[in-house]
Amino acid sequence: MAYPQFHAAGDAAILVEFGSEINPESNASVRALSESLRRKPIRAITECVPAFCSLLINYDPCRLRYQALTRQLRKRLQGLSTEAAGSARVFAIPVCYNGEDLEFVARHANLSKEEVIRRHSAPEYLIYMLGFLPGFAYLGGLDPAIHTPRLQNPRTKIPAGAVGIGGEQTGIYPLASPGGWQLIGQTPVRPYDPQRAEPILYAAGDYIKFEPVTAAEYAALERRQAAGEQIWEVGRHG
Amino acid sequence: MADTLTVLSPGMLTTVQDMGRAGWQSSGFSPGGAMDLPALRAANLLAGNSKDMPALEMTMTGPGIKFNCDAWFALTGADFQAELNGAPAPTYALIRASEGDELRCAAARAGCRGYLAVAGGFALEAVLGSCSTNLKCGIGGFAGRQLRAGDELPLQCPQTPIANPQERRLPVPAHLDRDRPADKIILRAVLGPQDSRFTPNGLRDFFGGWYTVAPASDRMGIKLEGAKVTTHSGSDIISDGIAAGSVQVPASGQPIVMMADRQTTGGYAKIATVISADLPLLAQAKPGDHLRFVAIAMDEAQTIVRREARAMARLEYHYLTLR
Repeated sequence: MAYPQFHAAGDAAILVEFGSEINPESNASVRALSESLRRKPIRAITECVPAFCSLLINYDPCRLRYQALTRQLRKRLQGLSTEAAGSARVFAIPVCYNGEDLEFVARHANLSKEEVIRRHSAPEYLIYMLGFLPGFAYLGGLDPAIHTPRLQNPRTKIPAGAVGIGGEQTGIYPLASPGGWQLIGQTPVRPYDPQRAEPILYAAGDYIKFEPVTAAEYAALERRQAAGEQIWEVGRHG
Repeated sequence: MADTLTVLSPGMLTTVQDMGRAGWQSSGFSPGGAMDLPALRAANLLAGNSKDMPALEMTMTGPGIKFNCDAWFALTGADFQAELNGAPAPTYALIRASEGDELRCAAARAGCRGYLAVAGGFALEAVLGSCSTNLKCGIGGFAGRQLRAGDELPLQCPQTPIANPQERRLPVPAHLDRDRPADKIILRAVLGPQDSRFTPNGLRDFFGGWYTVAPASDRMGIKLEGAKVTTHSGSDIISDGIAAGSVQVPASGQPIVMMADRQTTGGYAKIATVISADLPLLAQAKPGDHLRFVAIAMDEAQTIVRREARAMARLEYHYLTLR
């Protein structure tokens, strides 16, 4: 089937699909269209929701009907380059690998805890999309050796900043919530902080790199953060 | 006394809602906002406010509220059999409260959600551009949560006099008319975005059968019980964005219509999307109500949206010129 495809999502939204599997290429197309619409808006469009390989475009049908919007989007998609303007940001996130499931993850992978930490903190993970909770990043690129099934019985409360593995995914819980992921560590960084000037730390298309820290370093970082310091670093990808 | 309202009893779920938190879905924030937008707008217009201001949304059983100052207010949406100091307080009309008056709301008749707008509005701070209460994140509205007994809600001052109060009445929408309880609801829907993942039988069952609103329904979604809707190869999809009114079908085959507090993205196939004009019917559906879906073409759906928008614009103009 040829992509992109257009699907109606009711009388006020359209779903543009760029592929049928999760890969950086179709995700780059999603970002390219959403960036293009941000820079040069189509007036009827109210809000876009980027996902792994699709962009949901909410619009005002009083301004533009479905067919007319589809035509405009097709035109926009021609000549759209998926090469990102400038390089993406990499957020270095300090993690104390002291999670209560680290032992289980290591046993499941038949690796030492140290090796799990090494493999988890090696890649720069692409943020495919944000969703589920404010600031919850869906990351790609977890080492298959440490894929771990979700808990049989989800926990009723996982603290904000918990770092976990759920199946083939890894990520940070942005706020306290129930959850079924295997918890391997904790970061003092808050991906979502309503008091911060930028309440959400990063965006789809950025990268995350986990930096192992000791319990003592973690405590020091927390103190620095309480004093108003920024405790994560931002670099450039590639 | 201060220009405030005191919550005497909170009701089942009373929250501050406006038009929702626009522009934050790409960061994972539910849009939120009033479930029944036309009812919110009507309450505001009756109370002399601009139509998109925050008001109280009550659910199933309404609150008790004490006015600590003189105020005009309007109730819309479901009829909660409200009484002001023991005298009936009708919906879709402007009502005068004096300092010390007590408004008592009971259980909703014909409908599920009601709105209370006060002239001048509430003095609340917007969070990320909206006063809507986001219960999951604990932000917006009053202290980021549902109202509790003892809460004191600040009002915008001053309470300016309202022109032509006697003319501020609107007809009760047909689906909320308590003499004609509409427990059989027909929802118009546009196919997609993932209708191709459903079998011909699945589509026929979905558009052919009656569904019952399940008790677990809430501001996130209206959960339905009825004919199981079947897919070709499972209901899991690669997560994508969810539009208001999208009908998600998880592995159980029991549809869920996604509403104001929906997750921004989800991994279940969506068979159809309820048209904007019929979302208020769903917002007013109570557990146990029966409903069914009919498919309509996109062009027709968008003609209906435009007609409704024109009617709302006329109403808004009428109330502006009453001032």
